[in-house]
Amino acid sequence: MKILVCISHVPDTTSKINFTDGDTKFDTNGVQFVINPNDEFGLTRAMWFKEKQGASVDVVNVGGPETEPTLRKALAIGADSAIRVNTAATDGYAVAQQLATVVKDGQYDLVIAGRESIDYNGGMVPGMLAALTGASFVTNCVSLEVDGSNATAVREIDGGKETIATSLPLVIGGQKGLVEESDLRIPNMRGIMMARQKPLKVLEPINTSDATAAKSFEKPAPKGAVTLVDADNLDELISLLHNEAKVI
Amino acid sequence: MSVLVYTESDKGQLKKISFEVASYAKAVADLMNTTVTAVAINAQNVESLGNYGVSKVLNITNDAIKNFNVNTHASILEQAVKQENATVVILSSSADSRYLAPVLAVKLEAGYVSNVVEKPSNISPFTVKRTAFTNKAFSQTEINNGHKIIGVSNNSYGLVENTTTAQVEAFSPNIEDSGITVTSVDKASNQVSIADAEVVVSGGRGLKGPENWGLIEDLAEVLGAATACSKPVSDLGWRPHSEHVGQTGKPVASNLYIAIGISGAIQHLAGINASKVKVVINTDPEAPFFKAADYGIVGDAFEIVPKLTEKLKEFKAQNA
Ligand SMILES: Cc1cc2nc3c(=O)[nH]c(=O)nc-3n(C[C@H](O)[C@H](O)[C@H](O)COP(=O)(O)OP(=O)(O)OC[C@H]3O[C@@H](n4cnc5c(N)ncnc54)[C@H](O)[C@@H]3O)c2cc1C
Repeated sequence: MKILVCISHVPDTTSKINFTDGDTKFDTNGVQFVINPNDEFGLTRAMWFKEKQGASVDVVNVGGPETEPTLRKALAIGADSAIRVNTAATDGYAVAQQLATVVKDGQYDLVIAGRESIDYNGGMVPGMLAALTGASFVTNCVSLEVDGSNATAVREIDGGKETIATSLPLVIGGQKGLVEESDLRIPNMRGIMMARQKPLKVLEPINTSDATAAKSFEKPAPKGAVTLVDADNLDELISLLHNEAKVI
Repeated sequence: MSVLVYTESDKGQLKKISFEVASYAKAVADLMNTTVTAVAINAQNVESLGNYGVSKVLNITNDAIKNFNVNTHASILEQAVKQENATVVILSSSADSRYLAPVLAVKLEAGYVSNVVEKPSNISPFTVKRTAFTNKAFSQTEINNGHKIIGVSNNSYGLVENTTTAQVEAFSPNIEDSGITVTSVDKASNQVSIADAEVVVSGGRGLKGPENWGLIEDLAEVLGAATACSKPVSDLGWRPHSEHVGQTGKPVASNLYIAIGISGAIQHLAGINASKVKVVINTDPEAPFFKAADYGIVGDAFEIVPKLTEKLKEFKAQNA
């Protein structure tokens, strides 16, 4: 089985979010970048398929040279080789089109992406990629088993879960649950050394046009101070929630 | 040239989010000088969509569409778009709508924008405000393509009544074989989901262990609320992963979010910040949650929560 894991290069969850260039660009100054958490769960599941079912695992990112340390980290965790499509990821549809070319050329059986990236939260790349390549698609995927060309996936739905029977080729949008938090791997020294020797191929992009464009950004208005209620005066809290906030 | 809105139902009852997306669609239709057509699948009382500005309902009744199926549903919407000659499709931020939208976008070669929180500020170029960086920012996003799909954030636009008479038309799209089979659905029937809940009661590591979750459940029960938890609580196995809320868990956009024994880490707050009113109960007055909350009580959850539950019971009995 040939697996491709899509890796989004995102600001660490603790990052301060600021904008530059007249609020048109994310300010990367002092920001630490990591593998998108949803993708990391997927990569870890891919490692399981590699170790238990002999799958090969490539990772891919659509982005500039600054994303390479993130791809190297994925290699250090255990991916066999990496691909970077050399173009800025500014629109989900365009990214999906770049990835579709990689998937078709590489004839991947299984593509594991994250349900969404934690920076722009578009939540569209995996579904678009599936539709562009004619693969089956399961998002919010919290469990995945593959047996030959058959796959069984569990999808989180509002208020529960559903089990889906489908077949390869398949694209999933993964998230926590695909593996446990405790299964996530921190690259060790040997992994980091080996990653330096592993191939990282840079591909030039195909021509695409952006379906959407983020024109400007703003931060939410600062919040007013909290209203503190005394622990012995719960009637006041109820009254505030009823009369002032009108939520009960 | 109408605006098409995808409505969702549960056991035949239209969901509240369906009326919210209908309200939103009406606002878009007004800007475009056109009308709203809704697609409803195996739902009852679809005329009620008229109360929120829908003038036509494409009503599908078909036992073969028992479960949501991404390919089937995307194909149904594609057929509806073609028939109505629609250029804009509005849907919600439910798990199903988020699953469907990107697949539909490719079928229509549409620009898709998710997490939209306001009606378009402009329709030429078509510009909408969405959240980004998990609620830490907003972005004004333009859609370049002819077809546009807008995923409205739940509970962001609200219900706007707009009495219209909805003309109900039977619609029988082709149902394609989808390559995906839902073999089982596991859904607690008597519980509100975090996505649909008006009120969410959430517990953190401050509750010390799973044996204490009765506190959370009792409070949630009086409020008709969904229960949720912080990430470590689900990592420790005290509660199921499906209750984990925050940046790497489920998003919450309820009217009221009550955080009990939760410190208010940045990743937690990012995921719940879209909730309208936040209440925190925490022993530590320095807990960061107090900076994000509207109302707060400094104190011990084990003493406060049972009392609050009792008082709310009395309140609910009086205001019933
Ligand atoms: C990449 C990444 C992603 C993450 N994503 C998420 C996410 O999606 N969601 C999430 O929740 N976290 C997330 N986290 C974890 C986050 O950083 C915090 O560790 C977590 O939210 C803390 O959970 P907590 O508030 O339950 O526990 P703690 O931080 O341990 O807080 C417990 C609180 O309970 C209070 N307390 C103790 N006893 C009592 C009592 N008797 N009564 C009242 N209060 C009491 C304490 O004062 C304390 O404030 C993420 C972290 C990382 C690194």
